[in-house]
Amino acid sequence: MRRSNLKAHLLRPQFAALAAVLFINWLLFPGFFAITWQDGRFFGSVIDVLNRGAPVAILAIGMTAVIATRGVDLSVGAVMAISGAVAAVMVSDGTPAVVAVAVALSAGLVCGLWNGVLVTYLDIQPIIATLVLMVAGRGLAQLVTEGSIVTFADPLLIYIGTGSLLGLPMPVVIAAVLMLLATLAVRRTALGLLIEAVGVNRSAARFAGISSRLLLLLVYTFAGFCAAISGLIVAGDIRGADANNAGLWMELDAILAVVIGGTSLLGGRFSIPMSVVGALIIQAMNTGILISGFSPQFNLVVKSAVIILILVLQSPMAAQWIARRTTAAERTPR
Amino acid sequence: MTAGDTPVVEARGIVKIFGQHRALDGVDFAVRAGEVHALLGENGAGKSTLIKILTGAYQPDGGEVLLNGAPVRFSDPLQAQGQGIGTVYQEVNLLPNRSVAENLFLGHQPTRFGIVQRKVIAAQARELLATYGLEIDVKAELGSYSVAVQQIVAIARAVELSGKVLVLDEPTASLDRNEVAKLFEVIGRLKARGLAIIFITHFLDQVFAVADRVTILRNGQLIGTRDLSALTATEVVRMMLGKDLAYDQRTLGVAESVQGPVRVEFRGIGRAGRVAPFTLSLHEGEVVGVAGLLGSGRTEMARLMFGVDASDGGEVTVGGRSVTIRNPQQAVAAGFGFCPEDRKLDGIFGELSVRENIIIALQAKLGWFRALNRDEQNEVAGRYAEDLDIRAANHDMPVKLLSGGNQQKVILARWLAIDPSFLILDEPTRGIDVGAHAEIVRTINRLREEGLALLVISSELDEVVAYSNRVVVMRDREMVAELRGEEITPAVIVSAIAENTGAKA
Amino acid sequence: MKIIKKLALVAGIGALLSTTAHAEGLTGKIIGFSQIGSESGWRAAETSVTKAEAEKLGIDLKFADAQQKQENQIKAIRGFIAQGVDAILVAPVVATGWEEVLTEAKEANIPVVLLDRGIEAPEDLYLTSVASDQVKEGRVAGEWLVGQVGDKECKVVELQGTVGSSPAINRKQGFEEGIAGAANVSIIRSQTGDFTRSKGKEVMEGFLKAEGGGAGICAVYAHNDDMAVGAIQAIKDAGLKPGTDILVVSIDAVPDIFAAMVAGEANATVELTPNMAGPAFAALDAYLNAGTVPEKFIITESKLYTPADDPQGEYDRRKGLGY
Repeated sequence: MRRSNLKAHLLRPQFAALAAVLFINWLLFPGFFAITWQDGRFFGSVIDVLNRGAPVAILAIGMTAVIATRGVDLSVGAVMAISGAVAAVMVSDGTPAVVAVAVALSAGLVCGLWNGVLVTYLDIQPIIATLVLMVAGRGLAQLVTEGSIVTFADPLLIYIGTGSLLGLPMPVVIAAVLMLLATLAVRRTALGLLIEAVGVNRSAARFAGISSRLLLLLVYTFAGFCAAISGLIVAGDIRGADANNAGLWMELDAILAVVIGGTSLLGGRFSIPMSVVGALIIQAMNTGILISGFSPQFNLVVKSAVIILILVLQSPMAAQWIARRTTAAERTPR
Repeated sequence: MTAGDTPVVEARGIVKIFGQHRALDGVDFAVRAGEVHALLGENGAGKSTLIKILTGAYQPDGGEVLLNGAPVRFSDPLQAQGQGIGTVYQEVNLLPNRSVAENLFLGHQPTRFGIVQRKVIAAQARELLATYGLEIDVKAELGSYSVAVQQIVAIARAVELSGKVLVLDEPTASLDRNEVAKLFEVIGRLKARGLAIIFITHFLDQVFAVADRVTILRNGQLIGTRDLSALTATEVVRMMLGKDLAYDQRTLGVAESVQGPVRVEFRGIGRAGRVAPFTLSLHEGEVVGVAGLLGSGRTEMARLMFGVDASDGGEVTVGGRSVTIRNPQQAVAAGFGFCPEDRKLDGIFGELSVRENIIIALQAKLGWFRALNRDEQNEVAGRYAEDLDIRAANHDMPVKLLSGGNQQKVILARWLAIDPSFLILDEPTRGIDVGAHAEIVRTINRLREEGLALLVISSELDEVVAYSNRVVVMRDREMVAELRGEEITPAVIVSAIAENTGAKA
Repeated sequence: MKIIKKLALVAGIGALLSTTAHAEGLTGKIIGFSQIGSESGWRAAETSVTKAEAEKLGIDLKFADAQQKQENQIKAIRGFIAQGVDAILVAPVVATGWEEVLTEAKEANIPVVLLDRGIEAPEDLYLTSVASDQVKEGRVAGEWLVGQVGDKECKVVELQGTVGSSPAINRKQGFEEGIAGAANVSIIRSQTGDFTRSKGKEVMEGFLKAEGGGAGICAVYAHNDDMAVGAIQAIKDAGLKPGTDILVVSIDAVPDIFAAMVAGEANATVELTPNMAGPAFAALDAYLNAGTVPEKFIITESKLYTPADDPQGEYDRRKGLGY
């Protein structure tokens, strides 16, 4: 039974979409799947997809839980900027990197908690509540950096962004570990079920004795934490905190990744690993466009066309159509 | 063939298949002008499917629909509406935050030069509703009126738009007795105007009160269409169930004798503007029925007991020990369970599985870190599903696919799973079919025998009488009477509800 | 530490200002400055240079930050008119919608100078506009590259600015003009890096993979220094030497590109000067004191910097400007 489950998972449209995008990339660039060993790490376009997809994947991990509660967090991009700015300014002022990282992550937690309080205790709609920090957060980050790109040479921060472990880029390792821990945390405890219950019907959750508020606080705080990690990675990658551009519009990619991963914006059923797959689909597409040699004017058109195709393929209508086709095929003799 | 005999709408040999399941299997159904035609059947018999085919929401897989003798094929409800078939559902699907007048004419407002003429609309709305015996402020928000008024507005709108056939899908489910009477008056007027009315309900007495003919379905098959004048209630029930009713409406009141110690006591619990402070204690092995009209404070009382709303003061003791109940979590921790009145809104998690719906309260009580694993979940869900005879193809299917009666049983199972000491049931039999109805009543009696303390709110006086050791009566947000033993008869309850209400007016 | 920062600021500005015309006669004048905001390091530098220059000339500068909103700028300009300032500087956030408020200024006889961006309005509504020539910036970069490679075959990858933005369009056009005469220099790949470091790095990574690990790439041309800084990191990650294996040429002359030059990792940058106020003040001086009407469009210099131009010194001079 477990085996057939696994097979069913692999047959999901998301994996087909990822495979298709990778295949197209290979057509565009025959060296796409080539991986070499260089300077103690793997090197190749596929590794680039994983590495560049990691920040959005990490955001999507946090975003999945939020969306499962029928919420959304628009502020994660701004929180990335805050976290990167805090860490960069602290290390350039001579604070030990470990402390700077801890403070930056705490800043993310506080930002998430703030969102959670607005959503649960003040009962503001999530899209509005997090819009506040989306706008104000970037300003806050700019205040921290005083409007300039704060560069640093701290080895720990740079390692977070560009180092490698077991030959894999650090961002990939972090994203993978986070995905694993988050998935275990929601599936080995009751959290996953309770989050889904709150997302499906918050009123019924209340009547069933579920502490919805605590859960909502938790998911928004976790989303803030994930954003902070992502912010550290992006800052470490360019060895500087760019408050104006770090994480800009990334919240939208993260939401898209979650949706492509099959979690409904109406809340309920969610899957963290599938959201990560969603992030990889987006990045594979981006990387494909980069190496395709198309003129950049086509970037957005190509991207949106592929996304529409993917969303159509996993729509209920398409699922019914495919189901009809398969049953018809089974019925047909010979 | 005379005009009166030609069916306005007719279905011939309708077949509808969902996956492997034949929801309708060669069903014939015909409604004449100027008749009220009841459509009866247990949940799952195929009533809704048939209605959805008649109103264009579904396409039949076989058979045909005829309108005034000519075959038609509706691609959607709007088209059916345009050709004369209007539908009013149990949950009024109008816009509660728009005015009554706007709701009546939404989508076809009288306009001049493209500008909506509010005054004209209001005047027309008043005129229209007057023909239904309804004189209300049509500029007020629809949501500010009772469900009954909203129901009549919905009917008026449907008749205005369609005018030949009116489908009433469980219109009385959330109405009290007076409101039902008012609705029947409206149905009578429409019948006199020559409309064909299809009436779907679970209440047999209402069928006999208002309908001329009845068509009965069972498991997707047509059992028969009869004149009601030639039928008895027992015959109808037998046709529906294929057997005699499991419990007799004449069941005598429960003896007061077997009462254990006090399980839970509410002293001075109340909330300004909702319910006046009340004191009530419940014993082990006791069912306390709550009677009263809609809006009398019945549900509000239950919400305070369960901590959904916080009480202004007072004290709650469980087994003699004082407990704080300011939210449902604390109530659950104290061993309380609550099956709310509005199943869809406050009860079920539609997208979640039957299994998850059953174990959710237990899981919430256990906390985040003591997760029930799949085997434990299956065990718990399986035990209570069997116990309550929940009919689901499997326990992994979404609960929203179950019938209303089975959904109610799922919620009941959810609370039984936490092994409660006190259970509140708010209208547990509302909107569910006769068979499930009887089962719920049986379950209430069984739980009492097992030593549970229960508070059951119900508008069905026969039912209240059948299972209550005591009955408290609510009126005007106050607990006004407590009836015991011999006093527990429908007549006494009705007079307790009605007492003084006349004097006030 | 703060003091050191301030000292550096004054020193840096002093150095920059020495090149501008020596203005006299603006002492005690009140000039309003409506700035767009502080969306980039360059913008912050422009603000600090303008403030410092005004201080040096004894101008009473009224500064208003519009936070990227035109309505704030219009409000600020009306405020300046009400205060009866002697002149107004505006760095317009958008090109349209200025007629009304500029007419009000004209009727109040207050000269208006536009900084670094043009507007779509009758020319008589403002005294002059001070801006750089973005096409020329690109051309200077292109001509430098042609001169640098000589007769050798050189395949260039281009990191464009944000698609559709005027600097991206103009700097691309200018560069193409600059290399037009040299058949041996050609652009083989061009993608947008959105003017940011991280996108610059990501796009360069893609280019390197697509061009056989970078073996076929002779130079990278970036529409701004930030993308170049990102590209330099990508080149290093790929095991190549930026500045040697792949030439790096970009535009803006922000401090970090000079730091890269010091390390031998960048080869050339074309300055977009943050000192738009210097020429503006000079024009105002001439206009207010002598009645000389300046040219309608004052173009700032697009100066080329290479490692030969004391990159360490340039870095130090610019570091404190708020880039």
